[in-house]
Amino acid sequence: MSRLRAHPAWAPLLIVVGLALFMLVLAGCGDDDDDGDGDTTAALTEVGPGEGELNIICWAGYCEDGSTDPAVDWVTDFENETGCQVNVKIGNTSDEMVTLMRTGQYDGVSASGDATGRLIEGGDVDPVNVDLVPNYADIFPALKDQPHNTVDGVNYGIPHGRGANLLMYNTEQVKPAPTSWGAVFDPAEASKQTGKVTAYDSPIYIADAALYLREHNPELGIENVYELDEEQFNAAIDLLKQQRQNVGEYWSDYTKEVEAFANGDSTIGTTWQVITNLLQDEDAPVENTLPEEGSTGWSDTWMLSSEAEHPNCMYLWMDHVVSPEVNAQIAEYFGEAPANEKSCALTEVKNHCEIFHADDEEFFDQIEYWTTPTKDCGDDRGEVCKTYDEWVQGWTEVKG
Amino acid sequence: MEAAGVGERPQRRSAGRRLADLFHGRRGAQVAAFLAAPLTWLVVVYLGSLAILFVTAFWHLDDFTGEIERGFSFENFQTLIEQDVYRSIAGRTIGVAALVTVTDALLAFPIAFYMAKVASPRVQGLLVVAVLMPLWSSYLVKVYAWRTILSEEGALNWALGPIGLSTPDGDIFRLWLVMSYLWLPFMVIPIYAGLERIPDSLLSASQDLGAGPGTTFRRVILPLAFPAVVAGSIFTFSLTLGDFIAPQLVSSTQFIGNVVYTNVGIANNLPLAAAFAAVPVIVMILYLLMARRLGAFEQL
Amino acid sequence: MRLSRRAAILLRVGTGITLAFIYIPLIVIAIYAFSESRLLEWPPPGLTLDWFEKAFENEGARNALWTSGKVGLAATALALLLGTLASIAVARYRFFGRETISFLVILPIALPGIVTGMALNATYTQILAIDLGLFTIVTAHATFCIVVVYNNVIARLRRMSASFEEASADLGAHPWQTFRFVTLPTMRTAMVAGALLAFALSFDEIIVTTFTAGADQTLPIWIFTNLSRPNQLPIVNVVAVIVILLSAIPVYLAHRLTREESISPRGGTAIAESTAVP
Repeated sequence: MSRLRAHPAWAPLLIVVGLALFMLVLAGCGDDDDDGDGDTTAALTEVGPGEGELNIICWAGYCEDGSTDPAVDWVTDFENETGCQVNVKIGNTSDEMVTLMRTGQYDGVSASGDATGRLIEGGDVDPVNVDLVPNYADIFPALKDQPHNTVDGVNYGIPHGRGANLLMYNTEQVKPAPTSWGAVFDPAEASKQTGKVTAYDSPIYIADAALYLREHNPELGIENVYELDEEQFNAAIDLLKQQRQNVGEYWSDYTKEVEAFANGDSTIGTTWQVITNLLQDEDAPVENTLPEEGSTGWSDTWMLSSEAEHPNCMYLWMDHVVSPEVNAQIAEYFGEAPANEKSCALTEVKNHCEIFHADDEEFFDQIEYWTTPTKDCGDDRGEVCKTYDEWVQGWTEVKG
Repeated sequence: MEAAGVGERPQRRSAGRRLADLFHGRRGAQVAAFLAAPLTWLVVVYLGSLAILFVTAFWHLDDFTGEIERGFSFENFQTLIEQDVYRSIAGRTIGVAALVTVTDALLAFPIAFYMAKVASPRVQGLLVVAVLMPLWSSYLVKVYAWRTILSEEGALNWALGPIGLSTPDGDIFRLWLVMSYLWLPFMVIPIYAGLERIPDSLLSASQDLGAGPGTTFRRVILPLAFPAVVAGSIFTFSLTLGDFIAPQLVSSTQFIGNVVYTNVGIANNLPLAAAFAAVPVIVMILYLLMARRLGAFEQL
Repeated sequence: MRLSRRAAILLRVGTGITLAFIYIPLIVIAIYAFSESRLLEWPPPGLTLDWFEKAFENEGARNALWTSGKVGLAATALALLLGTLASIAVARYRFFGRETISFLVILPIALPGIVTGMALNATYTQILAIDLGLFTIVTAHATFCIVVVYNNVIARLRRMSASFEEASADLGAHPWQTFRFVTLPTMRTAMVAGALLAFALSFDEIIVTTFTAGADQTLPIWIFTNLSRPNQLPIVNVVAVIVILLSAIPVYLAHRLTREESISPRGGTAIAESTAVP
């Protein structure tokens, strides 16, 4: 070998200098994350021509452009009419959507109630001038001006549709038909289906436990299932830990639940209407019901980013998506109640609205829409309620 | 044209030569030139990013606004140590990682040995292709396939049914099975390469000296192949440690990765996520240091 | 090596078991690709080629495949560059911190993907303030691909004695000529083998990609999104099967290239060539 002598060479110097430089950068900048300014900017007063592009975050199934199924497409028409080329980013969970919105790279989002609060609070979305959305007029009144889309009288979005979390059961394995959430929460009953109980895999499910306790443990004084103080929260967590013993699997994407019921891995648990429909299409012996305690549910809202580069396109999109024809298509494809009253006459399945209780306000009165838990209990308890990240930690504990 | 260096020098030196002259004798500058790009990337960007991430582990979420507050505190680490659930999740993850590593080593050795020492070159080529091709099939699709195979009316029950058995229950079992499956090729290849490097003459010598196959295996092959096994184990161990997709799709249990992912995405609690992520990082760094001592780095 | 009959049989059985273990799930996937039912029932109710047709027509799948290809090529190129540079430095020079380089290079692939993903995401979006897009995906992939190129190339360089390069220099070649005519030809096949493996890693990567991709969909992201949609599930299986079959080609190539044994004959020819050049 040649005379290779160990040289005190430049390599170590490079390393040290590099790290030093980077630490300086780290110390210096890094406070770029307070772009969310507290004050709300006023909404647009008129919608100009489209800017040519639109970047939106959608739930899977809300923004179909034919790439899933050529027959399912309400985006291409929009693009042709308005010239706004649509780029869709699918958000798998509310939380993902919040994170994506915070990057400021998107124009809008279809947010569920457990995301809207955080987005409004964080200044990630701007108020929406509902007068600029002609189809807003035809939206079911019960969806308008709700706590999850309106703050201090200011609208932050256009309602999209709504649905309830229901109790689904295997008609052959679960007899008699259940009428209460006790079927999955009451240890005596749940243990009859031990290993085959299922539940929604998200911290927001804690609200479902609270809903059950509201009826069956009134001494806890639970009123708003999303605002739980220490005692109420711990009771809910304990109930869930108890339930865990009978749970076979939790589901977070709906295909998982469809398969679990089809395969017999699950026989009872929380569900969405669309899942029941898919299973009944395949002749699986399932039924669902809205238990006597009521249920949690979701109501989605289209929101406009505070850093939207294409606000005009976003307004045009919002109007397009709640128009009678398109809203009917989405409601049928996804399996939910449409927001636009006129959509009910336009669905392919004639009694779609009936199945999904679209105009059944009595039904939806029993539904507690997903909302972001905050510290402020909103009543005379003050600011002692559990925040969402505490819900997350609680959920981690439940799953173990 | 005469060869350069013999006879008269050319009048003009090419640009290449002049540049080479600049570096001539200056070994430090040569090393720096080679290392500038890779090191800048790896150290400044990658290590720097990691450093920042772990700095956030000492921050915490403001109770009221939910925003990240930069005060220095051990709050997150306290939470992780005090609450049982995080300890059990970490223990579970590391335990399964170890189990998977051992299983894969046992499954990989026979085929690697066959490929390295027994198979003809043509069969060897075919086997290498056969072992590596599954690496190209999507990890996600494989995990999903296992989900259906292990389900109540899946292929495994269908196969075991006639003989009166059924798929064992238990999240840990399922994850052990699926992960052993997923990372197996990563173990086969280094062991195969390592075994190939053992000269046949050593094995013949051992046999000539009277050792039976068992003794040869224990005292010649195993010690020589061990670094390669460790090299393969780096992958099986680290991939299991960090995975969150398989636990989510195949089981209801949580691994370290799931908790980290949940806290990053859902709760936007980056500090807690970073704190918990420190666990697998520290484990892996220790593992790598041990692996390096055992000579695994030469076998990768 | 002479094996006793019993040992030979045991060995064959062991190999067979492992191979079966590896391939049975893949066969299941293939069967699902032909299954009539959307819901992955077992046994499948019937067989059909419909899904193959739908897969070819599926725009999302085609775009994702193309994106993954682009990303893979770019990340591989970057990894080739950085990995080769680093391995030359470590193999041919001695300097302070040399042993650390091997450790450093393996970190991105040894640390959990979620950590690498979170860290790089934070750097891209907060420190560098750039949009997430192809650039961020490519650079993130290159980071953990460097090691496979590095390991292949450095193994080759270590096997090839430095005396060839010295001889080349002694015969009058300046460093670039030596590199071009002696070092590079020897490293070439190792570089290609490393590149193929790097491409494979990048092609199937999901975790880091989730954190560093903007609106772009690589194939794994497309699969992840579509696994949850019943209508798409069979198409996903079809795509998986096609990718596996196509992968046989690069895998076989990589194997042939790494089997290059002694490099002396090659090196000898190269040197003769370099001194013959006027």
